[in-house]
Amino acid sequence: MTELTLVEAVNRALRHAMEEDERVIILGEDVGADGGVFRATVGLLERFGPDRVRDTPLAETAIAGMSIGLAAQGFHPVAEVQFDGFMFPTLDQMINHAARLRTRTRGRLSCPMVLRAPYGGGIHAPEHHSDSVETYFAHAPGLRVVIPSSPERAYRLLLSAIRDPDPVVFLEPKRLYRAAKEEVADDGAGMPLDRCFALRQGTDATLIAWGAMTAEVLAAAQALEDEGISAEVVDVATLKPLDADTILRSVEKTGRAVIVHEAPLTGGLGGEIAARIAESALLSLLAPIRRVTGYDCVMPLPRLESSYLPSAADVVEAVREVMAFK
Amino acid sequence: MLTAASFTIPFTRYLSAQGEPVAEMPAFARDVRDLLPLYKAMVRTRIFDEKAIALQRTGRLGTFASSLGEEAVGVGVASAMRAEDVLLPSFREQSAQLWRGVSLGELLLYWGGDERGSNFKGPREDFPICIPVATHFPHAVGVALAMRLRGEKRAAVAIAGDGATSKGDFYEAINVAGIWRLPVVFVIANNQWAISVPRRAQTACETLAQKAVAAGIPGEQADGNDVIAVRDAAERALARARRGEGATLIEAVTYRLSDHTTADDARRYRSDAEVSPHWKEEPIARLRSFLAARGVWSKDDEHDLRESCRAEIERAVSEYFATAPPAPSDMFDFLFAELPAPLAQQRHALNRQGHAP
Ligand SMILES: Cc1ncc(C[n+]2csc(CCOP(=O)(O)OP(=O)(O)O)c2C)c(N)n1
Ligand SMILES: [Mg+2]
Repeated sequence: MTELTLVEAVNRALRHAMEEDERVIILGEDVGADGGVFRATVGLLERFGPDRVRDTPLAETAIAGMSIGLAAQGFHPVAEVQFDGFMFPTLDQMINHAARLRTRTRGRLSCPMVLRAPYGGGIHAPEHHSDSVETYFAHAPGLRVVIPSSPERAYRLLLSAIRDPDPVVFLEPKRLYRAAKEEVADDGAGMPLDRCFALRQGTDATLIAWGAMTAEVLAAAQALEDEGISAEVVDVATLKPLDADTILRSVEKTGRAVIVHEAPLTGGLGGEIAARIAESALLSLLAPIRRVTGYDCVMPLPRLESSYLPSAADVVEAVREVMAFK
Repeated sequence: MLTAASFTIPFTRYLSAQGEPVAEMPAFARDVRDLLPLYKAMVRTRIFDEKAIALQRTGRLGTFASSLGEEAVGVGVASAMRAEDVLLPSFREQSAQLWRGVSLGELLLYWGGDERGSNFKGPREDFPICIPVATHFPHAVGVALAMRLRGEKRAAVAIAGDGATSKGDFYEAINVAGIWRLPVVFVIANNQWAISVPRRAQTACETLAQKAVAAGIPGEQADGNDVIAVRDAAERALARARRGEGATLIEAVTYRLSDHTTADDARRYRSDAEVSPHWKEEPIARLRSFLAARGVWSKDDEHDLRESCRAEIERAVSEYFATAPPAPSDMFDFLFAELPAPLAQQRHALNRQGHAP
């Protein structure tokens, strides 16, 4: 076993998938000789050659659109968009085509592709390099949206995403790319694409998060333990389809729910999760559901970035509030 | 000043508007009888379009886009293709789809609002009709790349309208195809209108074909009302693609004689005086004059052809009417290869509510 960072785990999964299935090909901007701007594809060009690791011209619509054509022909393209803020041109292709090709043709054609991108804030990046875009994709029927938050889950979920017969949007929290190392066995085992992960057991409150926010939430849970509050942490790594059952079971146990995401509040997936809890676990609740999210503001430039992003302290504060509710 | 680059745009035409030959015929047209299938396919399409409009007017079909006057584009292109090639049509290419073996019944089902109409029994790899303008051009590039990666001698053919050439998808697609020399043919059916917007308001370019120059691929015009010219241009482009010489852009210059769709009233934005001269150039009368003058087509032939097309279409319409709608839960059944559990709950809820089909 080797200790890997999250981005190294992505690289390992890509390599493993390409070794096991020659239909897997990679395309995107600077994915070849440069190995991707975050080095997610490093070494793959050398190993698999330019037919399977393909530098594209600077054209996001074409990157997504070509992937659809390749996928309809039986390839399993893994397309990289360089940053979250440049995914918007792919929405048209992903929503109008990738997500519905199987439905539209009653299964005659399908779209086994993965659209990968680093996403989210926290690394002091320039404008348009820190957005949380999961909601846009998660709203589209026919797409899976997956966000790993540890090297192990990055490796296993990406393998499953590549093997999946349908389109998956795979968003990698860039703030966690090199934040921690973890032992990951390169054994090719995947993880299910429609399960949440309980990262920590607890009895007083359920903290629900994904992406880089899982780190804040875990830190908050640790701090709360010192105050005698036992927090359960759920990583919603598979945002769509949403494994509401795991979340509901936890909230039924703890009676309190705090949902944390860095995407803006309004229309964010926290609202969807809150609604599911209200619909199905209302009578278990001991306090109102709380959301700790980004503001409904334009993602600020680095000087105000930390004021925008939810922090462990914000989560601790919210949990204290729900614990104090009478 | 020096010249950094220059270009010319060739134009192909074999038949004048009156159906007189104006150039030496290409190989496939040397025996005039070999043109009869092209003629019959155009007539079949036109009669189908007439029927579809009648069905829409009487509430038995959804919004429909007629190809009146543009039949030569689809027939010319499709007849140059091989069965193993892949067609990526937009919404006015029924002539190409029918040639490739999409059935009349499938077209009726689709335009009647039933996805099963895109589950073609014939050309299994052809794409379904693309409604968001030009968005299928990048798909054609991906299909062509797949063919290249497998070392196949096949090609992808995407067709769209003049309006499509204004979209980024169009430019991105032809640009990538140029860089990678992919086996793809991009066909623009320039029918002079994008709903109410005339061709001159779409671009300042003199031709749409010259947009190929910026992508580093050959671009040419063909008389889109001359099926021989369209087929010839498409054959040459497909041969280049199969030889590994890359992509081509063909602008087939034609005219939309119909409303944009059954939901449109073209009199709001163009006069009869603008439209009527184009009736003198339309592709079916043109080829018929040529065939009749050569003694291979008679009034009786015409009568018989129309009768048999009508009968065939009536049979397809009866079958379409007799096709029960899918079960409501069908909307879940092709969303994913395997329905995820959360969606199975929604599917179950729909069934419980029991909307009768
Ligand atoms: C992206 C997009 N924008 C707008 C429309 C609505 N629309 C449908 S057809 C059309 C005009 C298309 O013109 P053209 O590309 O010349 O094709 P034609 O209809 O003439 O065959 C428009 C604006 C659409 N379908 N897709
Ligand atoms: Mg047009």
